[in-house]
Amino acid sequence: MIVVIDYNVGNVKSVCNAFRYNGCEVVLSKDPQTIKNATGIVLPGVAAFGYAVNALGPIAEVVKEVALQGKPLLGICVGYQMLFETSTEYGLHKGLGLISGNVVPIPEGRVIPHMGWNLVKFPEGMDLFEGLGSEKHFYFAHSFHAQPSDTQAKIAYTEYGMDIVASVQKNNIYGVQFHPEKSSHGGLQVLKNFYNICQKASS
Amino acid sequence: MLTRRIIPCLDVKDNRVVKGVNFLNLRDAGDPVELGARYSDEGADELVFLDITATIRSRKTIVELVEKVAENVFIPFTVGGGIQTVEQIDELLRSGAEKVSVNTAAVSNPNLLAEAAQRFGNQCVVLAIDARRSKDRKGHWQVCIKAGSEPTDIDVVEWAQRAEELGAGEILLTSMDADGTKAGYDNELNKAVTDAVNIPVIASGGAGALDHLFDAIVEGGADAVLMASITHFGNYNIHQMKEYLRDRGIPVNL
Repeated sequence: MIVVIDYNVGNVKSVCNAFRYNGCEVVLSKDPQTIKNATGIVLPGVAAFGYAVNALGPIAEVVKEVALQGKPLLGICVGYQMLFETSTEYGLHKGLGLISGNVVPIPEGRVIPHMGWNLVKFPEGMDLFEGLGSEKHFYFAHSFHAQPSDTQAKIAYTEYGMDIVASVQKNNIYGVQFHPEKSSHGGLQVLKNFYNICQKASS
Repeated sequence: MLTRRIIPCLDVKDNRVVKGVNFLNLRDAGDPVELGARYSDEGADELVFLDITATIRSRKTIVELVEKVAENVFIPFTVGGGIQTVEQIDELLRSGAEKVSVNTAAVSNPNLLAEAAQRFGNQCVVLAIDARRSKDRKGHWQVCIKAGSEPTDIDVVEWAQRAEELGAGEILLTSMDADGTKAGYDNELNKAVTDAVNIPVIASGGAGALDHLFDAIVEGGADAVLMASITHFGNYNIHQMKEYLRDRGIPVNL
């Protein structure tokens, strides 16, 4: 059973809908025991970074604890950005610090937010993208982007007048800047892959 | 490379999709959930649902509609029509909408844009502008509110710039003069706004042929093109639009 963290930000329901559409068991919860019993955790997010961190509150420690114990964790959009150390969106805020690096504004000189469908190129060995070939379009909607400094992390990029990190994987910790739950068939496949990763990890 | 977006617009009244000409003479175009799912299957990049009645009763219906769409459609969609408060935005986002568009309420209370952006991030705050060519000032457009029924003295380009500063993450720019005419987008309007702001602009109003889409992107500088009549009444499907654009060198997600 996958637990999507319910912490009063937008689009949590869409993530659950997408898992269910795939035939995957999923529950929306913020109960620490439910989170601890899950096969995998999804940290969704349509919100500003600071608002999301505050809304997550004490659940942040639970998410961190289970992630450090090896439970698969998938961060989406702001949930992905929160995996890093800090963000400067509407003030300086601390993230979960599970992946080293910071979240900064996308540099000027292009239309911002980076909004719409962009092509993500997959490097070798990123389990999230299994069965999707070497590249695929996904839906992005963000004004800030993460700059990982973790040498152990595998990274997939998209091009927007510069390389933008679209996805990160470090051991059991996964993050996607785009919205798989809004990226049609390709996005549904990413969520299904995460579900399979969780099933494998728990068996 | 970021692709240009094709966005069908579903104007919703009494749980049906309708479409008129210059905001009048509405025709029935089908069930919103079915139509939304069909467009998603055809390859639409996004959907926009506008509650054109926007009454207290219709607000409840639109939340239920958003929930139903979100269970069946896995592409982003924007919801708009009569939205006045951050709480209403929150409810729609939590029900499954990716973005919410505000129009009249942002004109009477511009701070709504800032409040919404600080809470939800500017990427889900869409400012909808209904623009009408000014009779007195050539090359200018007036902002109209209350579903286009009430012209204001506000200049469209100035309003777009101010909205960007306040926190709007996107502008849905509808030409009332062109809407429903199928005679092409108002690309002077589109260009005036896309030149003035740095956030994405969705061109709306007037699409009737494939070259209109191309012109809105190339001449108007639009990041996305919105259409209703030409898709609802079967002139072209989304796939044909994308093929046409791709063959003329526009990046699309096909």
